[in-house]
Amino acid sequence: MSIEDIQNEIIDEFSMFEDWEERYQYMIDLGKDLPLIDDQYKTDSNIIKGCQSKVWVHAEMEDDKIVFTADSDAIITKGIIAILIRTFSNQHPKDIINAETDFIDKIGLKEHLSPTRANGLVSMVKQLKMYAIAYQTQLN
Amino acid sequence: MRNVQDIRKDFPILSRKVNGKPLVYFDNAATSQTPQQVIDAIVDYYSNYNANIHRGVHTLSQEATDLYEQARLKIQQHFNAKFSHEIIFTSGTTHGINLVANGFSALLKKGDDIVVSALEHHSNIVPWQMLCERTGANLKVIPMNAHGELLLDAYADLLSKHTKLVFVNHISNALGTINPIKHIIEKAHEVGAAVLIDGAQSSPHIKPDVQDLDVDFYVVSAHKMCGPTGVGMLYGKEAWLKKLPPYQGGGEMIAEVTFEKTTYADLPHKFEAGTPNIAGGIAFGTAIDYMNTIGFQNIAKYEHDLLEYATEKLLQIKGLKIYGTAKHKTSVISFNLDGIHPYDVGTILDKLGIAVRTGHHCAQPIMDFYNIPGTVRASFAFYNTKSEIDALVEGVKKAKMMLS
Repeated sequence: MSIEDIQNEIIDEFSMFEDWEERYQYMIDLGKDLPLIDDQYKTDSNIIKGCQSKVWVHAEMEDDKIVFTADSDAIITKGIIAILIRTFSNQHPKDIINAETDFIDKIGLKEHLSPTRANGLVSMVKQLKMYAIAYQTQLN
Repeated sequence: MRNVQDIRKDFPILSRKVNGKPLVYFDNAATSQTPQQVIDAIVDYYSNYNANIHRGVHTLSQEATDLYEQARLKIQQHFNAKFSHEIIFTSGTTHGINLVANGFSALLKKGDDIVVSALEHHSNIVPWQMLCERTGANLKVIPMNAHGELLLDAYADLLSKHTKLVFVNHISNALGTINPIKHIIEKAHEVGAAVLIDGAQSSPHIKPDVQDLDVDFYVVSAHKMCGPTGVGMLYGKEAWLKKLPPYQGGGEMIAEVTFEKTTYADLPHKFEAGTPNIAGGIAFGTAIDYMNTIGFQNIAKYEHDLLEYATEKLLQIKGLKIYGTAKHKTSVISFNLDGIHPYDVGTILDKLGIAVRTGHHCAQPIMDFYNIPGTVRASFAFYNTKSEIDALVEGVKKAKMMLS
């Protein structure tokens, strides 16, 4: 599925929720469900430090697609990571480079991707794109 | 004290909603809210007096200067400084600390000691580290116990004839501990060291008497005591302020300038380079008037009741741990829920309209001491109520239910 299709699917899922509590509970459950990253990759070099919560990101190339794994010490941050990974992982580098993240606004989680939130997520998105640019350069 | 519901009417922001819920503002240790009287003082200044001060011969400039200097007198009286020129307007506590640190860089030499406490805010650590790097002085740290109280015996052991400066906050921002600064100052003076006290967290709750404390420097921020942001005060004993070199060059701080030599202005202007935050300084004076009208004894008693009430209610929640359990503490509760990240708790509380601080509160060494990433911090002011604390308790219970 393309990144856009996945994002639309997520927007559909979130449109079923009636209030913030249901949205957040869903995100928290997503966060809980996912052992997102292999412990060996939870290293200092993979860490993105936010003032509020930490995020770890690891990238690998499989065939010509990037597989991302990630984790956080805060569960709501982790829930959002799960959503980001679902859209960006297993995609071609050039599609990742061109992908938008405004679907996060549409599912009512905009404040979590605010640069002033200091939870590491904005830097995480940048990092995902950086990996994509790096792998794309290798492919060229 | 005036009835709290009546006091709340002075603060327009307290009637707004956040995320559809009535705002419960418990981030007072970061910044206090602003009463209409202070807002009016700012509006009045820009509406009627706006002019540059200390240099114009015209009426507006004279009136603005008078208002600004009246504010300095109010601050002097409030903190009981001996002279009004011992009150230096700053942009806030951090500015005051840097001003003193910079001044001492000219006075320190290799082998001198600077003593700071383990309870410090980053802004009270970084300038001293920089100063030590510059001068070759050593930074020594007064340790604390698990309650968040400084170990005074260890402090006494750190002092020697090499100690030149001691820096301690009056009240810890992360834990609320009230430090025994009178004792700390006495001990430092016995070895001839100067003492700077960070009063950012104490000035909203108690009225310090700088002469009685015999403190050498005391710094505060207006925005924590119902005043505007971007303005604060450095109190320094006259003798010390004369000894320290100026911090910044510019207008206002000079007496005479030729290309060969500049002579500096007298106190306090020597440390007030450039056009200051005039409206802020005037409104700072209004804020001090406002708080004195409420009464600091009333404030302390009322906030202590809130602290006891909140502590008791919060501790009824299973798995909730409070950090900072000093015998003498102010109305700050730093806590965590077992196995839950403070960021998550803060996010859920925000959705309920409750403003708390989460994170390491710019006091990472304290968080390292407890081996935690941070805490949720609720800090109460005299305009908060027990029913708001009930809302916090319900909010924490909800967060716990959703997150565990």
